[in-house]
Amino acid sequence: MRFALIGQPNCGKSTLFNQVAGYRAETGNFAGTTVTFTETKVRVLGDVVELVDLPGTYTLLATNPAERVVLDYLIEKPVDAIINVVDATHLVQGLTLTLELMELGRPIVLVINMMDEAKRQGLKLDGEALSQLLGIPVMPMIATRGQGIREAFAQTWHMARKSTIPTPPAYRDEIEQAILALKSEIDKTEFPVSRRAIGIKLLEGDPTLTDQVGRKVPAIKNLVQTQWDSLCHQSSVQAVWLIASERQKLARELTEKVTTQEKMRLTLRDRLDDYLLHPFWGYVFLLAILALFFYGVYGFGSWLEAPLLNFFNNLDATVLNALHSNGLLAQVISGAIQGISGGLAIVLPYLLPFLIGLGFLEDIGYLTRIAFLMDSLMHRIGLHGKAIVPFILGYGCNVPAIMSTRIMEDKRDRFLSAALSTMIPCAARLAVIFGLVAFYVGPWAALGIYLYNIFVIALTGKIITHFLPEDSPGLILEMPVYRLPTLKTVTAKAWFRIREFIFEAWPVLIIGSIVLAVMNFYSVTDYINTALQPFNWLLGLPKQVGTPLVFGIFRKELSMIMLAQAFGTTNYAAVMTTQQMIVFTVFVVFYIPCFATMISIRNELGSKAMWAITGLTVLVATLAALLVRVVFLIV
Amino acid sequence: MNLLEVNNGNWVRVLGVAGGIEMERRLAQLGFLPGNKVRIIRSAPFHGPLLLDVEGREIVLGRGVAIKVIVEYLS
Ligand SMILES: Nc1nc2c(ncn2[C@@H]2O[C@H](COP(=O)(O)OP(=O)(O)OP(=O)(O)O)[C@@H](O)[C@H]2O)c(=O)[nH]1
Ligand SMILES: [Mg+2]
Repeated sequence: MRFALIGQPNCGKSTLFNQVAGYRAETGNFAGTTVTFTETKVRVLGDVVELVDLPGTYTLLATNPAERVVLDYLIEKPVDAIINVVDATHLVQGLTLTLELMELGRPIVLVINMMDEAKRQGLKLDGEALSQLLGIPVMPMIATRGQGIREAFAQTWHMARKSTIPTPPAYRDEIEQAILALKSEIDKTEFPVSRRAIGIKLLEGDPTLTDQVGRKVPAIKNLVQTQWDSLCHQSSVQAVWLIASERQKLARELTEKVTTQEKMRLTLRDRLDDYLLHPFWGYVFLLAILALFFYGVYGFGSWLEAPLLNFFNNLDATVLNALHSNGLLAQVISGAIQGISGGLAIVLPYLLPFLIGLGFLEDIGYLTRIAFLMDSLMHRIGLHGKAIVPFILGYGCNVPAIMSTRIMEDKRDRFLSAALSTMIPCAARLAVIFGLVAFYVGPWAALGIYLYNIFVIALTGKIITHFLPEDSPGLILEMPVYRLPTLKTVTAKAWFRIREFIFEAWPVLIIGSIVLAVMNFYSVTDYINTALQPFNWLLGLPKQVGTPLVFGIFRKELSMIMLAQAFGTTNYAAVMTTQQMIVFTVFVVFYIPCFATMISIRNELGSKAMWAITGLTVLVATLAALLVRVVFLIV
Repeated sequence: MNLLEVNNGNWVRVLGVAGGIEMERRLAQLGFLPGNKVRIIRSAPFHGPLLLDVEGREIVLGRGVAIKVIVEYLS
C-alpha cells in the first residue's frame, strides 16, 4: 500500500512524516521547505505501508517545479490513499485543496493539523460536522507533539482497505457541462486518477497534462479551447478562475458551518512584526541578529578549536617520534591523524553552533522576513526576495540551496539564483574561513571575507543581469506566523545535518589526507603542484597549495585540512603569511562548487548550466583573489 | 486601480489580475480571486514589497506583481 502526504505549504506534512520515519525530511517554518519527495516504509496495523512526503502545494495547478512534483507523482504512481494535511488556522484555503483532491477519485483522509495554534487563536472546530459534510474522515492532530498520528494512520488504512472513493464536489452547470464534453475523449487515456480530475486539470490549462493527453488524443487541444471559449462567454472570466472561485465558495461555506471564532487576545507574537519588519528598526534587528549569529559561531568554535588542535598536534608529534622514521607507515598514520583532527578540531566546533542557529532562524519563521526586507536590494542584482531562501540555505550547504531554487517560478531566476548561491560559503567553507582566517588572523578578517563575498556575489549578479535581463514580475510568497521552535525539532534537524558531515564528509577528509600522504611520499604531488605553479604564482600562494585545491573539489574542507599534510604541520601561521591565508581563503570560497553541488546543478538545470556555473566560479574566484592580492600590494 | 495605489491599512476588493494566464494561475492559488478582500498591512522601504492580508492569510507581493492586481475600494 502507498499513502501520500499532501497539503498546502507549511502545514506540517514533513513534521508528521518525521514523527513516523525519524528525522528524514527537512522541516522549517517557511513555505517551500520540502521541494522533492521522500519515501519511507511504516507499519500500520500489521501492513507495511509506503509513505511519501511531498512538497507543499496550494492547488494542483503546478505553478513551479516543486508543485509540479506533486501532480506528477499523483498521475504517475498509484496512491492507495491520500493523507491530506490542513492547517487548522487556514481552513478555507486548506479546504480548497481538499476539494480538489477529492476529485482525484482516491481514498482520502483529512488531517486538521496545528490544533494547538487554533486553540491559541480561539478557533473552535467541529470535526464531526465537517466529516459529515465532506463525506470523508476528519482527524485532529498536533504533529509537533505526535498527537493524533496513530489514529490518523489507522483511519487511512481502513479507507485504503475498503477503497472508499469520496464523492467529488459538484460545480455549477456550465463547468459540469464542460467536464462532460471532454469525458469521451479522456476515456481513451490511462491515468491512476479519475477521468473527472483529468478533465478539470485540462480545463485549468495544465500544460504537461495537455501534452500527455494530446499525444493520445490529438483533438483534445481544440476541444478544450472550445470549452474555454464557451465558459468565458457565459461568465466572462477564465476557466481557471471560475473553477477556483467555485472551490473557494464551497470551502468558505463549509468553514462557516463548522468553526466558531472566540475573541482572541493579541500577544507579543502578533505584534513582533511591528518591530522586526519596521522600515528602520527592521534592518537594525536584521544586522544585530546576523552579528550575534556570527559572533556566537566564532566564540563557540574558537573556544574549542585551540585546545583540540593542540592535543592533535602533540599526538601527531608523539606518534612520529615513537615511530622513529619518515617511512610510508609513519606518513600514513600522521595523515590519518590530520584528517581526524581536521574534522574534530576545525570543522565540528563551528558547524555545530552554526547549524543550531540556522535551524532556529528557520523554525522561528525569520527567513521569509529577511526575504521581505531584502527584496528591493535583491532586485539590484537581478533577483527578487524569494532567492533569499537558496542564499541562506547555501550558508548551510549548497546542495539543498540548489534544490530550493525549485520554489522559483521562472527558469532564468532559477539559473541565476543557483549560480550565485554556489558562491555562498557553505558550512564546509565556514570551517576554512573560521578555522584559518578567524583563528590565525582574527574575527574581523573573517567578517571581512563574508562581506567581500556578498559584494562579489552582488557584482556578479549585476553583470549577469546585464546579459540576462530580469523578466519575472517579482516576489510572491506566503508569510508564515512566528512559531516557538521546539527543542526536539531544532536538535533533530541539526543532528540530521551534522550526521551527514560525520558519516559522509569526515571519512572523505581522513581518506583524502592519507591519500595525500602517500602521494607526498612518492612525490606525485610535485607534478600537480608544478602544473598549477603559474596559477599559484599569479595569486602569490605557496607551491604546496596546488594539490589541496584540486582535492577541494571533492569536499571544500579538504582544501584546508590537506594543507596540514602538504606543509607537514597544522601550525599554519608558520608556513603562510596573513596575505596568503586571506587570498587562499577567498579563492576557496568562490572556486568550483564541490562535486555534490555540481551534480545537483546538473539535476536541476542540466549539464550546460553545470559547466557554465563551474567555469564562472573559477573565473570569479581568480579575479576576486587577485583583487585582494592587489589591495595587499598597494596597502 | 491597482494595489500599488492603495494606502497602507485600507481594505480593497479584488477585481482581476492583469499579466497573462500564468500570473492569473499563480495569484489565484493564493486567494487573489474576484470578490476577495485584501488589506495592505505594511510595505517595505526602498520600493520594497507589500505585506497583504488576503482572506486571513499573510502574503508578500513584490511591486512588479502588486501592480498587476486590479482592485477597488470597499464602499
Ligand atoms: N504549533 C504547531 N506547529 C507545527 C505543528 N506541525 C508542524 N508545525 C511547525 O510548522 C512548521 C512547518 O512544518 P513542516 O513540517 O516543515 O511543513 P510542511 O508542510 O512539510 O511544509 P512544506 O514542506 O514547505 O510544504 C514547522 O516549523 C513545524 O515545527 C503543530 O501541530 N503545531
Ligand atoms: Mg515539508
